[in-house]
Amino acid sequence: MIKLAVVYNLAGVIFAAYALLSARDTTNPKRGGNALFWGLLAASFLLGDRLGDTGNGVLAMVLAMTAGFGQLGRGTAGDSTLADRQASASRFGNRLFLPALAIPAVVLFGTLVVKTWRIGDLPLLDPKQATLISLAAGALLAAVIAFVLFRQPLITPLQEGARLIDMVGWAALLPQMLAALGALFALAGVGQVVGDLITTWIPLDSRLAAVVVYCLGMAMFTIVMGNAFAAFPVMTAGVALPFLVHKFGADPAVVCAIGMLSGFCGTLMTPLAANFNIVPTALLELKDRFAVIRAQVPTALPLLLINMVLMYVFAFRPHG
Amino acid sequence: MLILLGVAVVVAGFAAGFNPLLVVMASAFATGLAAGLSPVDVLRAFGKAFNDNRYVSAAWLILPVIGMLERAGLQERAKDLIRGLKGMTFGRLMVGYLLFRQLTSALGLTSIAGQTQTVRPLVAPMVEAALESDSGELADDDRQKARAFVAATDNIGLFFGEDIFMAIGSILLMVGFLDQSGVRLEPLDLSRWAIPSAIAAFAIHSLRILIFGRKLSRRPGA
Repeated sequence: MIKLAVVYNLAGVIFAAYALLSARDTTNPKRGGNALFWGLLAASFLLGDRLGDTGNGVLAMVLAMTAGFGQLGRGTAGDSTLADRQASASRFGNRLFLPALAIPAVVLFGTLVVKTWRIGDLPLLDPKQATLISLAAGALLAAVIAFVLFRQPLITPLQEGARLIDMVGWAALLPQMLAALGALFALAGVGQVVGDLITTWIPLDSRLAAVVVYCLGMAMFTIVMGNAFAAFPVMTAGVALPFLVHKFGADPAVVCAIGMLSGFCGTLMTPLAANFNIVPTALLELKDRFAVIRAQVPTALPLLLINMVLMYVFAFRPHG
Repeated sequence: MLILLGVAVVVAGFAAGFNPLLVVMASAFATGLAAGLSPVDVLRAFGKAFNDNRYVSAAWLILPVIGMLERAGLQERAKDLIRGLKGMTFGRLMVGYLLFRQLTSALGLTSIAGQTQTVRPLVAPMVEAALESDSGELADDDRQKARAFVAATDNIGLFFGEDIFMAIGSILLMVGFLDQSGVRLEPLDLSRWAIPSAIAAFAIHSLRILIFGRKLSRRPGA
């Protein structure tokens, strides 16, 4: 069975290459910091399971401090010029899209077809991780196609990957750090406290109030915790089931489906959903760290209101 | 209540503009200590969770091939393609992408697009080219706003499409949780109730796209 470990090893080797390239890049005034940061991440991917909990904790802390005390920089060595890229673009034309399209094609094939393949009793791909494994396979195939079509030097993908990851910088690690923080929040019971806070202070004596509290609570909880999945069990057990479903007889399917989507409105408004809201600002070289959130709030707020209306209208109709 | 100290640290830390990685570590310690853990316990708990969540960062292994294609001129080709299509306005392109992202996500195809693999190398350059065809050279400020808008459109299309698919994580989470609470539902019962919100999301965001495009093209000097 192909497991996640294969992907981790590949990622580890790539990050190790970034560390080496960073260490040698004399155009980056902070090359030591970059080499340390990507080197530690490589160590985490290659050896993480052997470091023990304390070792991993120290590793995470050193990573955070390296970035936090401004030790990450960017070099300029080997940057391509616009003129070169334009010349290359007119030379290769639409063939440039071929490798780019190979990635989603492989992901699709992997998650729809290969996922069902079995060797004896075992599935070929670890079913829980089929998407990530397929993404890695897609990236590899796309690189092979690109080598054949464009004849770039073998070091190009690593050099260009290092350039992009240096541009993303610490934001590359933020989603994983926040996921770890989420686990600590769960351990300490933060969700329960927030849920109690929302349900204790607000009257739930009418259908409308219960709908508003549930939808607003899902959104606010998600803003605070960074993901709707953490909010759903707490808010549903605290508000939706006892009040909406059992007291007022609402249809649980409508309530839960629209409740989750109210949480997604919160996801659009929180920096804690870093993958969606912070990482793109780094990838797109935006000056304002909150630019994506600012672009999303005017959609998220009216949509949250509409979700409440939809829930109020559809949840209390006669259902079987 | 003391446990919420960690949440307060996150809110204050992000608002004050401290490095988010440090904010996360500070919040982890505030939360853990408030819950009665020793500093070493916090470090161990955080270390374990960090290691368990490596798959989140593993998705970066797509960057080398994206960089390779960008160096070969992918972004520039994407712009040329849009410039060559008469009538491909900012509005049509963005609304089209929103619809594409919602429909494919509704079929469960959430990972065929995304911020790293499509927005940066393809969609953002295309949208910039379409804006330039509509209204001439972009001011830097407008370019930044347009890029943020593309990223936002990708997120909104994904979030308000994926729940229509029965086997997506959030639907399965709901079915599992409700089952434990004694409420039996099929995934389809839940996923079909994601459709009205999806339509509303499409309507609201499309309207905003059209207004945004109109505002930019009416700028003086455009």
